[in-house]
Amino acid sequence: MSTINPAQHLGAHEHGDAHAHGGHHEIGFVKKYIFSTDHKIIGIQFLFTTLLMLFLGGALALGVRWQLAFPWREMPIVGKLIFADQGGAIPPEFYTMLFTMHATVMIFLVIIPVLAGAFGNFLIPLQIGADDMAFPVLNMLSYWFMWPAVFFFVGSFFVEGGAAAAGWTSYPTLSANMSAAPASGLGQTMWLMGVTFVGFSSMLGSVNYMTTIINMRAPGMTLFRMPMTIWGMFITAILQAFALPVLTAAGFMLLFERTLGMSFFTPGGLVINNAPATTGGGQVLLWQHLFWFYSHPAVYIMILPAMGMVSDMISCFSRKPLFGYRPMVYSISAIAGLGFIVWGHHMFTSGMNPALGMTFMVSTIMIALPSAVKTFNWLGTLWGGNIQFTVPMLNSIGFVSMFVVGGLSGIFMAAVPVDIHIHDTYYIVAHFHYVLFGATLFGVFGAIHFWFPKMFGRMMSEKVGKVHFFLSFIAFNCTFFPMHMLGVAGFPRRLADPYHYPYLSHLMPLNQFITYSAILMGFAQFLLVGNFIYSIFKGKKVGRNPWNANSLEWTAPSPPGHGNFESVPVVYRGPYEFASPLVSEDFLLQTTYLPHEDRRAPQPAAH
Amino acid sequence: MVASIAAVAAFVVAPSMGWWFPTPGYSLSPLGAQIDDLFYLILAITGVTFIGVHVALVYILWKFGSGKGERGVFTHGSHTLEVVWSIVPAGILLFIALYQMDVWARYRVKSNFDAEALAHPIAEVTARQFEWRIRYPAPGKTLQDTPQFDDLYTVNDLHAPTGRPVVIRLKSEDVLHSFYLPQLRVKQDAVPGLAIPVWFQCDKVGEWDLVCAELCGWGHYKMRGQLTAQRDAEFQKYLQDLQKSQFDDGVPLAKAAE
Ligand SMILES: [Cu+2]
Ligand SMILES: [Cu+2]
Repeated sequence: MSTINPAQHLGAHEHGDAHAHGGHHEIGFVKKYIFSTDHKIIGIQFLFTTLLMLFLGGALALGVRWQLAFPWREMPIVGKLIFADQGGAIPPEFYTMLFTMHATVMIFLVIIPVLAGAFGNFLIPLQIGADDMAFPVLNMLSYWFMWPAVFFFVGSFFVEGGAAAAGWTSYPTLSANMSAAPASGLGQTMWLMGVTFVGFSSMLGSVNYMTTIINMRAPGMTLFRMPMTIWGMFITAILQAFALPVLTAAGFMLLFERTLGMSFFTPGGLVINNAPATTGGGQVLLWQHLFWFYSHPAVYIMILPAMGMVSDMISCFSRKPLFGYRPMVYSISAIAGLGFIVWGHHMFTSGMNPALGMTFMVSTIMIALPSAVKTFNWLGTLWGGNIQFTVPMLNSIGFVSMFVVGGLSGIFMAAVPVDIHIHDTYYIVAHFHYVLFGATLFGVFGAIHFWFPKMFGRMMSEKVGKVHFFLSFIAFNCTFFPMHMLGVAGFPRRLADPYHYPYLSHLMPLNQFITYSAILMGFAQFLLVGNFIYSIFKGKKVGRNPWNANSLEWTAPSPPGHGNFESVPVVYRGPYEFASPLVSEDFLLQTTYLPHEDRRAPQPAAH
Repeated sequence: MVASIAAVAAFVVAPSMGWWFPTPGYSLSPLGAQIDDLFYLILAITGVTFIGVHVALVYILWKFGSGKGERGVFTHGSHTLEVVWSIVPAGILLFIALYQMDVWARYRVKSNFDAEALAHPIAEVTARQFEWRIRYPAPGKTLQDTPQFDDLYTVNDLHAPTGRPVVIRLKSEDVLHSFYLPQLRVKQDAVPGLAIPVWFQCDKVGEWDLVCAELCGWGHYKMRGQLTAQRDAEFQKYLQDLQKSQFDDGVPLAKAAE
């Protein structure tokens, strides 16, 4: 996998001459594929791990959906195995674990690591023309620090009381007090340990990405010649570096409160579940502020890299330069900056000072502006293009469409008075699934198909990819769009059985429809994984640049060898010079040297 | 494109299917009605945007995705367009934000509360796993911060007079809960360690839902209460009946109060 095949089409190269690491020593299997320090292997390791976790998180979600569609009825297939004493039905305390761990797995073990870990690792050195990351060993550690987190999260299901059940937000005092719930014991402690390890992993990654992007760009690769993917990763790394310490600190505070009897978040005199009264001194809202100070920027950590990758794919398959490159860069920077001063929108009903509600509303509504600018620029990119409906393109268009829904529904929640009614209802659930699944995950689906040839030197099947896209797209919208209506109807989140409330009892058929759609969506993902695994071995072999794209990774062999490039690439222009009048093909590599390019009179656009 | 048409259609049919604001479909409180108006205003603005963007998207895909293989237009953007599509949404968004302030201030800023209602809260509502404990002052008395010997207690059964603003003091005894009256568009978290005044006005006599909207443990789903809105006279009578049943042990009430 990591040797260069000289027969591929840029012609023969001297073997080994380009290796910046000097020498072409053989490395053993363990060093090469398991404890590897090669950014490409680490990226692929992250990709496999997150795809595996996607199925775990999806299974937990289907458990939630089963309960909402058929409350207290026996779960098919697995019910009798897990809940023999309940007659195969999900007990309510397990239901609270299901949605807590679904969110935990999806956020911390799927979305964040698939963007930064998998694609960040794989693409950053390749797209900026570096031979590897700045700190390869840190990079390896960032992958291996994920496994203790997996161990803690998955293992917590098997300890006494079960996994954490206080929601992924883990609000005290439910999460702080050992007697607040059956699962408030070891499960909650393990959850905090897991989050801490995920934090280590992200922090090691983000330090590495920042250093690599600042210091290791190839000659000629100025900041404003970087692909949007790199900009997305770069801004994300900065966000991580500044926001994550706050969550880690808060996590330790909660851990100390639970294990050492300190009291940061618990006020005095509470009698929780007939335990002795708390001694107190803490503030419940403090956790919410600290938690969302990280977790709101985390929303952007979970979408900016996807926005970058989608920008690259849309430009490539419109065969046209990206519309408004600089405004795109400025708007993701603006999103990141504003992202630090909007966390309070999660707390409009929390009882914090109402003046804060007003300020957070203004900042939150204004963050829609750069998002709108990005959307218009994507449309501008498509306009006048020569659009090719490949699988990456379809997923990217799906991204834009669903990001618009998620962005617009966000305005309702940002408006404080309206949020009073829809807060903590399924409206919120609809909104963030449109952003994190409809946008980010479809962006990732696109990116998997787009960069697969670079990872494995083979193509994924376009036919299966299209079926997967359309099935997922339809099932996704059938699952999550009706949730907006549930939210308007005041259907609260996290209720194991909402139907005993008279005003909700008529909503069960709609929930059953949602559950059927979710099951279809879940099974559609087997197409993705089947296609992925099959194509690694049997996909059509391709050369360096199967999509006729411009950026640097497409000048390296597929898959690139150790050290990536045969010689240090020299960059002459930005990555989006599709349909350039300077050349007859409709793409122009960043590395192609054209004599006297800048002195040529600009020519009218060819039609 | 089929999906976006279906999305719009879903919104159109939603009210008739009951997938809309809880019955009776409009808010029972004047402030809630204003919240609904703001909701519909944002729905109109975002609805037009949604339809506009998707019509544009579908048109572009149809026009430029014909597969005729014409070379793309070589352009890197347009400064004018960027300015236009930054300033126009900025103006609309700022308008939306500022337009909300008034309703929010009336809902949450204490100095805007009805002074009479704030001075005489009708009850203290204390949330605990998994029930609502309600403490009324004795008829004719004012609610004190600490329990009094003649206070009246109920569980999960909150009564309130209609037609005027009333205030409750919201507390929690253990973990976070949220006091949610869906038909009135009122939601406020009950925070351990804080006593938060919440006001609402119900204009319709009837029995309405009181929901816990913040995860409070395994039994969160069953933390169901009820708001009984009744005319003022009936409310006073209710309190007197409650007093009778609570203190009636055969000894006349006047003596117990001495
Ligand atoms: Cu947020
Ligand atoms: Cu609750």
